[in-house]
Amino acid sequence: MTFAQVFDPLFRVPLANGFLLALVLPLLGAYVRLRNEWLAALGLAQVTAAGGVMAILIGVHPLAGSLGAAVVAAAIKGRTERSGNDVYAALLFFGWSAALLGAANSTRGEELSHSLLEGQLYFTTWSNLGAALALVTIVATAGTWLSKRLLLEHFFPESLAANGASPWKLHLAFDLLVAFSVALATESIGVMATFALVFLPPWVSFRIAASWKRALAHCAGFSVTAYVAAFVLAIVLDQPFGPMLVGALVAGSLVLLPFRARR
Amino acid sequence: MSDEPILSYREVVAGYAKPVVGPVSFDLGPGDVLGLVGPNGCGKSTLIGALTGTSKVLSGEVVRKPGTTIAYQRQRPVRETDVPLRADELLRLTAATAEPPPSLRPLLKTRVDRLSGGQFQLLTVWACLGGDARLVILDEPTNNMDPDAVAALSELLLSSRGDRAVLVVTHDARFFTGVPARVLEVGR
Repeated sequence: MTFAQVFDPLFRVPLANGFLLALVLPLLGAYVRLRNEWLAALGLAQVTAAGGVMAILIGVHPLAGSLGAAVVAAAIKGRTERSGNDVYAALLFFGWSAALLGAANSTRGEELSHSLLEGQLYFTTWSNLGAALALVTIVATAGTWLSKRLLLEHFFPESLAANGASPWKLHLAFDLLVAFSVALATESIGVMATFALVFLPPWVSFRIAASWKRALAHCAGFSVTAYVAAFVLAIVLDQPFGPMLVGALVAGSLVLLPFRARR
Repeated sequence: MSDEPILSYREVVAGYAKPVVGPVSFDLGPGDVLGLVGPNGCGKSTLIGALTGTSKVLSGEVVRKPGTTIAYQRQRPVRETDVPLRADELLRLTAATAEPPPSLRPLLKTRVDRLSGGQFQLLTVWACLGGDARLVILDEPTNNMDPDAVAALSELLLSSRGDRAVLVVTHDARFFTGVPARVLEVGR
């Protein structure tokens, strides 16, 4: 393929869809990391993949199955009322097992299972882009409100409850937002690329940024740069997009990690 | 300014499945500083938990003036090893807009994970005292602090009284030397 094909109208919707996800997922990832729940993306992505496969088996649209599974997973996590990675590890194993067993019992399920694991960005449609736009709108609208409360709750855990607020509502709202985001991303770019977007940019940014505000800017900048590079290289070199994105994020992390914030 | 107490404990027995501490009674009004003093494990934090919901009021009554906002600095502040939040960003979270004390000013642009334990403790105390909460609860605020930081903490308490009430929980009664506070011994 040639560089000119990057600008082919066929790739515009996938390019925009992935761009929006690459912008939002690392921002949510920063708060996931703050809560020490960095396994969340992988656990939720596996569960949403399983939901997509199961939806095929019962004749429902895979995106609906993925979103439904994500909401159920977030609710289960909320019921346990504990932060950390334990619940997400359990969801990861359940999702992996259910996805592969579902795929083994259906031809279309197997096809979908492969595409969810590896990503199928080039086949995303306007419905995917619309959902990504809705996600960006939610984050842009509620982001500042949510950010303040998550940070406040992290550093002063008793403050919300002492002032009559319900911490579990905050946790549930955030868990649902992460689950919704991961479900959309898994449908578009696959399990591992989704996990990489949530995990790697915050991991690097937390080390090198001088403030929270800059950490968020670093997350978005790093992620979007890696995404555009991966998108172009995957087309020009005729390579699968998911592995290319993960490779670009890992390479960028290795370059950036030696830098440390001075203060 | 109303003389109505911001917080009243009336014969409160607090605990979990079983009573841990009490009965304890006190009133806390605007401008008051009350020290709850007692040895480690005597139930001071359980007593405060009856207000914040982490423990239960098994008998008696906790009465809080309607509309009272609370700032709570916990016994062991959450201090991560790798979080890029700056000191001034932490103060903005709690709306601590008052001019910080001189000991904190040089630290405002520093990441909280690069502060010493004592510096971070002082910062979280100011995050509670420098905001607009009517009731400030400081649970073992002298933990991790060297003598200079403890002196700075006393100054913070003296300089920020206003019409707020401050409840200080500590095992070290010496902290209140030079601080105009009522002291209530717990667990005796």
